[in-house]
Amino acid sequence: MSNSDRTMLKGGRVVDPVNGVDGSADVLIDGGRVTRVGPNLGIEPGTIVIEVPRGCVVCPGFIDMHVHLREPGHEHKETVATGVAAAVAGGFTAVACMPNTDPVNDTAGVTKLILARAAQAGLARVYPIGAVTKGQAGEQLAQIGELRAAGCVAVSDDGRPVANASLMRRALEYAAMFDMPVIDHCEDVSLAGDGVAHEGHHAAVLGLRGLPAAAEEIIVERDITLSGLTGSPVHIAHMSARGALAAVRSGKDRGIRVSCEVTPHHFTLTDERLVGYDTNYKMNPPLREAVDVEAMLDGLRDGSIDCIATDHAPHHYDEKLVEFDRAPFGIVGLETAVSICLDRLVHAGHVPLSRLVELLAVNPARVLGVPGGDLSAGAPADITVLAPELAVRVEAAAFRSLARNTPFDGWSLRGGVAATMVGGRTVYVNTAVPGATSFDQRA
Amino acid sequence: MLPTADGTRHAAGMPLAEGGRSSGAPPVLETPAGLRAKDLLSIGDLSANEILLILETAEAMKEVGTRTIKKVPTLRGKTVVNLFYEPSTRTRASFEIAEKRLSADTLNLAATDSSVVKGETLADTVRNLEAMAPDIIVLRHGSAGAGHLAARLCRARIINAGDGMHEHPTQALLDALTIRQRKGRVEGLKVSIIGDLLHSRVLRSNVLLLRALGAEVCACGPATLMLPDMPRLGVRATTSIDEAVEDADVIMLLRIQLERMRGYFFPSLREYFQLFGMTVARLRRAKPDVIIMHPGPMNRGVEIASEVADGPYSVILEQVANGVAVRMAVLYLLAGARQE
Ligand SMILES: [Zn+2]
Ligand SMILES: [Zn+2]
Repeated sequence: MSNSDRTMLKGGRVVDPVNGVDGSADVLIDGGRVTRVGPNLGIEPGTIVIEVPRGCVVCPGFIDMHVHLREPGHEHKETVATGVAAAVAGGFTAVACMPNTDPVNDTAGVTKLILARAAQAGLARVYPIGAVTKGQAGEQLAQIGELRAAGCVAVSDDGRPVANASLMRRALEYAAMFDMPVIDHCEDVSLAGDGVAHEGHHAAVLGLRGLPAAAEEIIVERDITLSGLTGSPVHIAHMSARGALAAVRSGKDRGIRVSCEVTPHHFTLTDERLVGYDTNYKMNPPLREAVDVEAMLDGLRDGSIDCIATDHAPHHYDEKLVEFDRAPFGIVGLETAVSICLDRLVHAGHVPLSRLVELLAVNPARVLGVPGGDLSAGAPADITVLAPELAVRVEAAAFRSLARNTPFDGWSLRGGVAATMVGGRTVYVNTAVPGATSFDQRA
Repeated sequence: MLPTADGTRHAAGMPLAEGGRSSGAPPVLETPAGLRAKDLLSIGDLSANEILLILETAEAMKEVGTRTIKKVPTLRGKTVVNLFYEPSTRTRASFEIAEKRLSADTLNLAATDSSVVKGETLADTVRNLEAMAPDIIVLRHGSAGAGHLAARLCRARIINAGDGMHEHPTQALLDALTIRQRKGRVEGLKVSIIGDLLHSRVLRSNVLLLRALGAEVCACGPATLMLPDMPRLGVRATTSIDEAVEDADVIMLLRIQLERMRGYFFPSLREYFQLFGMTVARLRRAKPDVIIMHPGPMNRGVEIASEVADGPYSVILEQVANGVAVRMAVLYLLAGARQE
């Protein structure tokens, strides 16, 4: 099938908050783009008609603005190809990948390699995020203009913060010339030291060195202050501490251009899980306390949190099968995020579906300045189809990702993905959803 | 059952070795001989009754050490591996003597030996050992939770002989045995633990054990070396050494690990000793029959004055002697008693 063929998604509930749509509607796609959305659209001859299965919801494609695809350099953990396969299976039509590869994505060559691999895979769109500093060493600005020209959409030194405040200030000023936000992994490295778990009761009892919430909060405060100073946008990656959220709220109240994201694990899990020393509960920022989880849910409800991103961080099982303090930080998230969001946010009554679409599609597109996030006429036909009532059992062994490092293995969740379309082309069908095979355009 | 040479004693409800029966409430030992958990990774794995069972069994084991032939056949045919990733003279020797007295076959592996291949992961080492079917692995490791990892990977029972800053369960058990021996009970005693609380696995195991047996625990040290939220652990925290010593029945001093301090936690050893060092003068506030304990190795003139370490209140050498008996009891209850 070529992209110029007309396809009609018939009879689903469409949730498109940008256009104020939440109801029964058809979606007409032509040439890889949305051309019309409305109830009971007429069908011209030659149109492929996809009957949206009963109960399914058609949404603008979800964008995971924080993943680690590991290529180049760590292909034993993940590749661009396996990462985007995981993305579409998880309902994401696009991902933005962090630059902490080997070599670091601080030059056009690396950016182009990632984009070439993504084009070969032909599944989700990939938006590379370039490094803020050369080699992510925190000393000199990377070739940010060159990175922009090669296709980077933002800059970040994720994996670590931009520790030097003066350099962070210059990065904000410089990247803003190219309309690129600086995404910061907020952690005061001197305060975090060699910590491995949230500093609190559980880490203390378990004898694990602590990562205090203050280490995150200090840098969030600093970044907001610097954003105010420079007028440039700053985006706070993987927020986890309630004090960090308070800082973001106060920054927004003052009109500062700050946005932020939270991961599914940070609004679901607490540091109580550390008992047993399972390294799938080791990530940075760490799992914090119940009050922090409550705060994150609050921020998701009231709009002070802009985005949900997974911080998908694949690791080989050998790397995680070590002593807790020696294990690398991070867990995978692409193939569990949507089910967790539906179960823990929508079904739990924290947010309506339209708000979830803002968190997973509308706002990530806005923060990154990339197309998508809505189903307006002319928008790319990147579409996530949800099956909100699907009974899902997480099975890490069946992941498309090369990695299995998830704390959610075996979880039963309500809600999942029925199908994923990128540029009007179906790239994933969940055969567990009755009727979803109608999305298979080869039929 | 604990078979001994004369065949008369067994663990639960047995007549205890001389002076062993506590003067406090006699423990109710309804638990059948043996422990519920497969491994001993934390004092938290044990119920209060199981702690008492271990202590009573240890009392009986002490008797073995007084014989001319200090050996019983209890663990004959059992293989115990002592896997030590950190240097430890005392703990390793203590386990080894305990194993030999119980007639176990023992294998010693230290991270410095060529037998623990450089660069081999703990998981691989444990799985390789598992292939040789040991019954028990005694593990000392610098990382908290190393025993939990090992326990997930093998059928052998794991005894945690110290894992990073987490726990050192047999140390707490031998401390409790020593306290009971001197005081006849643990319940209701004021036990003050003084020193580097934050980095101490001895503290963590002792807090769990002493609280389980009903002691009043006071922890004292510089504010920089406290655990967060000590009251949640059931511990009264103070930075005043006089308050900690006041009316104490037991004073336990913790080693200042010089290599960890890096000038971040207190300015100098001299100032530490001035503020927190245990001296004869300070001891006057304690109960007249106070006992002084230290898990060793001591830094004389840092956490403890020599006059105190060598003085009449010190039970430091009894702790060492009790270490063997407690380890025999734990080995026996984990490997012997559970045998079908
Ligand atoms: Zn990060
Ligand atoms: Zn990240």
